[in-house]
Amino acid sequence: MAVVLILVLVAVASVLFHLLSPWWWTPIASNWHYIDNTIIITFWITGFVFTAVVLFVAYCVFRFRHKPGNQAHYEPENKKLEFWLATVTTIGVVAMLAPGLFVWNQFVTVPKEATEVEVVGQQWLWNFRLPGANGQLGTSETRDVTAENPLGINKNDAAGLDDIVIAGAELHIPVDKPVKMLLRSVDVLHDFYVPEFRAKMDMVPGMVTYFWFTPTKTGTFEILCAELCGVGHPQMRGTVVVDTAEDYQTWLQQQQTFSQMMASGESMTVN
Amino acid sequence: MVNIPSSIDDTVPAAEVEDVELYHPHSWWTTYVFSQDAKVIAIQYSMTALAIGLVALVLSWLMRLQLGFPGYFTFIDAERYYQFITMHGMIMVIYLLTALFLGGFGNYLIPLMLGARDMVFPYANMLSYWLYLLAVLVLVAGFFVPGGPTGAGWTLYPPQAVLSGTPGGQDWGIILMLTSLILFIIGFTMGGLNYVVTVLQGRARGMTLMRMPLTIWGIFTATVMALLAFPALFVASVMMLFDRLLGTSFFMPAIVEMGEQLQHGGGSPILFQHLFWFFGHPEVYIVALPAFGIVSDLISTHARKNIFGYRMMVWAIVIIGALSFIVWAHHMYVSGMNPNFGFFFATTTLIIAVPTAIKVYNWVLTLWRGDIHLTLPMLFALGFIVTFVNGGLTGLFLGNVVVDVPLSDTMFVVAHFHMVMGVAPIMVIFGAIYHWYPKITGRMLNEIMGRIHFWVTFLGAYLIFFPMHYLGLLGAPRRYYELGESAVNPPSAHDLNVFITLMALTVGAAQMLFLFNLIWSLRNGKEAGGNPWRATTLEWQTPTTPPPHGNWGKELPVVYRWAYDYSVPGAPEDFIPQNQPNSNRLSMENAS
Repeated sequence: MAVVLILVLVAVASVLFHLLSPWWWTPIASNWHYIDNTIIITFWITGFVFTAVVLFVAYCVFRFRHKPGNQAHYEPENKKLEFWLATVTTIGVVAMLAPGLFVWNQFVTVPKEATEVEVVGQQWLWNFRLPGANGQLGTSETRDVTAENPLGINKNDAAGLDDIVIAGAELHIPVDKPVKMLLRSVDVLHDFYVPEFRAKMDMVPGMVTYFWFTPTKTGTFEILCAELCGVGHPQMRGTVVVDTAEDYQTWLQQQQTFSQMMASGESMTVN
Repeated sequence: MVNIPSSIDDTVPAAEVEDVELYHPHSWWTTYVFSQDAKVIAIQYSMTALAIGLVALVLSWLMRLQLGFPGYFTFIDAERYYQFITMHGMIMVIYLLTALFLGGFGNYLIPLMLGARDMVFPYANMLSYWLYLLAVLVLVAGFFVPGGPTGAGWTLYPPQAVLSGTPGGQDWGIILMLTSLILFIIGFTMGGLNYVVTVLQGRARGMTLMRMPLTIWGIFTATVMALLAFPALFVASVMMLFDRLLGTSFFMPAIVEMGEQLQHGGGSPILFQHLFWFFGHPEVYIVALPAFGIVSDLISTHARKNIFGYRMMVWAIVIIGALSFIVWAHHMYVSGMNPNFGFFFATTTLIIAVPTAIKVYNWVLTLWRGDIHLTLPMLFALGFIVTFVNGGLTGLFLGNVVVDVPLSDTMFVVAHFHMVMGVAPIMVIFGAIYHWYPKITGRMLNEIMGRIHFWVTFLGAYLIFFPMHYLGLLGAPRRYYELGESAVNPPSAHDLNVFITLMALTVGAAQMLFLFNLIWSLRNGKEAGGNPWRATTLEWQTPTTPPPHGNWGKELPVVYRWAYDYSVPGAPEDFIPQNQPNSNRLSMENAS
């Protein structure tokens, strides 16, 4: 009997824990509430199945545990039952997969109006780059990385000269404007992860990866690295500030372009 | 040879080959050390796996101490922490679970359950173990070399695995790890080919494929998968060794490390991930399928009922095995690969849920209208069902590509895979040890110690990993030496981490009781007799227990029926062994 009670307790306590636990996701600050909804659907379906199976096992143990004189029923197969169980399972799986793929399609389809923001990871800090007045980012190459040019921006590409470079400091983005995050790394794998935005993506040396989102809430958010990148991995934190349009413009005016940065770097070496 | 007239049972074919003479050992060394007897090799494999598993257990304590009480234990610095998690993961997945299920249970059970005298290539089988032992020693050597073992995480992702920012990256650690894996795979291949050929060629007369116990189906399918999957890890290990030692750039693009341009260029870190997971995902099922098979037999035997839907169970094992080769990139949804792959891999991954769910239904339907004996193997089987269903269902979160995006690389993933391929298969391993120990030693394991072991392990492990999912849902990333101040690490999360650490220490301590029981019962356990569980399968029908070299005495068994004739209506007992001629003949004999 103890077995039966404990099995029931496991099922009931798990459900209660889910409903009452204080550990739940951070308040969302992006457009990806669809992802949260899909998680909720999945919780409902899987929670139901888990509870049903454990309670069924508990009932079986209660009802069919050995007593002298008992004999088990002999029934090798029951095609009809197996068919129905397989069908119902398939329906449940489709109910989770369909919304999942629907939202994934949105996730991989970057809106045309999205502005590009480049994130460059290195052990163990974050750099950023925004397109300058011409609206596009210049080319870049890991081979061009130097102490003065930590992002490896191509000096011979005119498109890159007006790019805004934010080395090891806070990133600001305007609220309610879709952004396409272009992700690069100059050394090892990193992963740009802001829990409140829900989205994340690895940064891979030698290639440019991306994802997009629309910040929907102003505020200051922590950037965590979510791909093991060596002993400094837990210290690799950054800050992204979601601004109102005016605040964003004020901040943007104070930032350096790539050519300004190179000039000041040279003047520093001269002095 | 006994000649059975075809009028009695025409399903038993004549012997195709004469019974073969085995190599007979001449000395203590060739009997117990360099033994070619699959049963001795099985015990060697199991003891080595349990010994190295104990190391992994201690490592898990150390990492939990850091997570529960960050800063208290000054000897656990970030470097050591990453070395602990890496070695813990690799040991558990490869050197404990894979080795124990295939090298341990595979060696012991395949010949016995199939009515064979031994594996078909006993000498290669022996070499398989010694290479495995060598691989373990090379792995352990990592703890004693300058720089210590690698701290790259068990996935060993380059470029960081071979760079100086990672413990062991530019020292010996990563070299020893890759060498050990290469040795393991060579050793496994020798054993694995043996298991496959023995299942296909070494079965007793009458043991058709569809009469094999599900244990054998699980081990057989897992071995075939391992033979196909391990080569991907093998080449990945060789390529990374070349990158590290010879300066090639298979996985190394142009890199600026700490301000210095490296001499690499043009390689692809993602290529490694594809190779790794092409091995790594089937690996999950290489561990799970033997567990599925074994637990089916435990449930059937201890519920005194045939496994429900045997043919469906066999097909489910085979289909899961096949599908598991086309789902690997679900580990890579946020790796930066072309995101359109997500549609394909999410679909294949969720399709695998259907045959897996069917297996769960058939286990619980086997309990339905059974005659459930709450023995230790049955308790562990029930523990397996609960933890496996829990862990399998959270797989539906992570497999569903868009849901994976917020959850991947968080503690949710850690909780999920520990529940589904840590706790659940280990429940089966324990159940199986309590089940077959009487055959191996002739004595029963102590019941009271066993029950304490079960309840502490089952409930403790559940209390460790169930709440851990919610830390991941909150956003806590995995592989963090310390989270410190963060929106995803509120004070309540810290309290939960303390609780999880205390549970982990408790569950670990319970394993000491288990080890003590294994040794204590050797002398003090109750005498078991040949078939204490009144089971149908052949290993319980050996003339002597424990079975000697050659297993069967003078004559090989002949098989007349499937493995699940429990509680057959009209039969005098609630089980009919597989080697008992069919009931028509029995009733005729009884009548006369």
